[in-house]
Amino acid sequence: MITVTNLTKRFGPTVAVDNISFEVHRGEILGFLGPNGAGKSTTMRILTCYMPPDEGKATLAGLDTFEDSLKIREKIGYLPENTPLYNDMGVVDYLKFIAEVRRIPHSKRKTRIKEVAQQCGLGKEELAKDIGQLSKGYRQRVGLAQALIHNPDILILDEPTVGLDPNQIIEIRRLIKDIGEEKTIILCSHILPEVQATCKRIIIIKEGKIVGSGTPEELAAQAQGEEIVYITIQGPQEQIQQQLDKLENTQEYHLLSSENTSHRFEIISKKGIDLRKDLFQLVVDNQWSLTEMQKTQITLEDVFKQLTTEEN
Amino acid sequence: MNNVYAVFKKEFRSYFNSPIAYIFITAFLVFSGWLFFRGFFLIGQATMRPFFSILPWEFLFFVPAVTMRLWAEEKKMGTMELLMTLPLKDGEIVIGKFLAAFLFLAITVLLTFTFPLTLYYLGKPDIGPILGGYIGALLMGAAYLSIGLFISGLTENQIVAFILSVFACFGLFIIGEPIVLTALPGWLAGFFSFLGLGAHFQSIGRGVIDSRDIIYYLSVIIFFLFLNTRFVESRKWR
Repeated sequence: MITVTNLTKRFGPTVAVDNISFEVHRGEILGFLGPNGAGKSTTMRILTCYMPPDEGKATLAGLDTFEDSLKIREKIGYLPENTPLYNDMGVVDYLKFIAEVRRIPHSKRKTRIKEVAQQCGLGKEELAKDIGQLSKGYRQRVGLAQALIHNPDILILDEPTVGLDPNQIIEIRRLIKDIGEEKTIILCSHILPEVQATCKRIIIIKEGKIVGSGTPEELAAQAQGEEIVYITIQGPQEQIQQQLDKLENTQEYHLLSSENTSHRFEIISKKGIDLRKDLFQLVVDNQWSLTEMQKTQITLEDVFKQLTTEEN
Repeated sequence: MNNVYAVFKKEFRSYFNSPIAYIFITAFLVFSGWLFFRGFFLIGQATMRPFFSILPWEFLFFVPAVTMRLWAEEKKMGTMELLMTLPLKDGEIVIGKFLAAFLFLAITVLLTFTFPLTLYYLGKPDIGPILGGYIGALLMGAAYLSIGLFISGLTENQIVAFILSVFACFGLFIIGEPIVLTALPGWLAGFFSFLGLGAHFQSIGRGVIDSRDIIYYLSVIIFFLFLNTRFVESRKWR
């Protein structure tokens, strides 16, 4: 549905988007994840035909963003970053304007506005207000309603939940997921849990480059297969460390804290190996006592951090 | 055409969504009324000429106030991105905005109809110059509007847009004024007096509607609307 090939965009000397390529299939929700200033919004602006790429090309539904700009714009719904809206316009007037530009026949406009308002959780009270009087959460819903009004095949949402309270965030996420059943969606965000909760596939972008892509599980697996075991052992410290040195299948271990005879270690295993059994045996054999043992998987959060903070 | 109409409606309504429209209309009527009637009872002639002769100077400040926000606000609020990603041609947006500003200005100017009514009540004014004056005022106002709209598209600051528009209109107005023309060599003077925004207004204001004057204003309007469209498009140049 969306194909991006070797896209590059420069602003003066800074390269905002650096030779990225990716694809989004019909009915897929793609998470576009990256820290602030990674080039997410620039990519979205190119996809929505707001600005052309310097190099490379992007096609949506087989149409080129540069040559068939008008046709593409008819097919997409777009919620730009920070949800820009006309503050002095009434909510209904605004939606009427969008409906008119979106070529919704005059006779159907009213019902369509009602439908989309309901879908986005805009009540009668909000519809009667001016956009400028709405709270941030409701503004966001107006922005979403505006993007959905013509029932577009492709939806591009740039940071749709920024500034919302947790309940609203959950609602908007659910809404996006519902819509995503039939439509192709790109969701931009710098918040990992957001993308994790809604998207089937994730692209991680940093300084204009794609640094990782795949399903959340794939991403976690791809970066590292190691496991970390936290263990607290009561016993003589030197002896414990000697034994840990001898232990097979460990990559490294660190002493995290020591209190009297209680020592807490972080032990990183080699790929795909569960150390807990060996560690338990070790404790039993040496007649120490075990007060804590906990295994953690490397989470997507760690991957994201690693991918986006790593020095080149 | 539908798209132009949609943009036109949105823009026109936005004047009345805020207090801008009411303040503007009141200020214009009070200001121009005062300037007109102040001299009117002294001269004691049933003529609109003093009103029309001062109108270009009033427009200099009032028209940029109508156009300053048209693009600058869209840029500042970020709504430009939304507007330009709707399935609208850049030209359609430009024309829609221009027409909205024009209708608003036309309403304001035509609300001065009480001035000629007063004249009819008190004397027997010549209708030709009055009609011509209004037609000329609308054409000149439209030319100022197209300049102001274009300049609004160059900045995201409304105050900057306002001041630059005043300057640009002022420049294009005074190059046709006698003071400037006498300082120029003859061959240039003829050219400049044709280029000036004011001379054509005066000739229409005499009640003589010459196609050259109308073509002049239409060309100024089309030229600046075209420039405006090109500048809006310029973000897409590669």
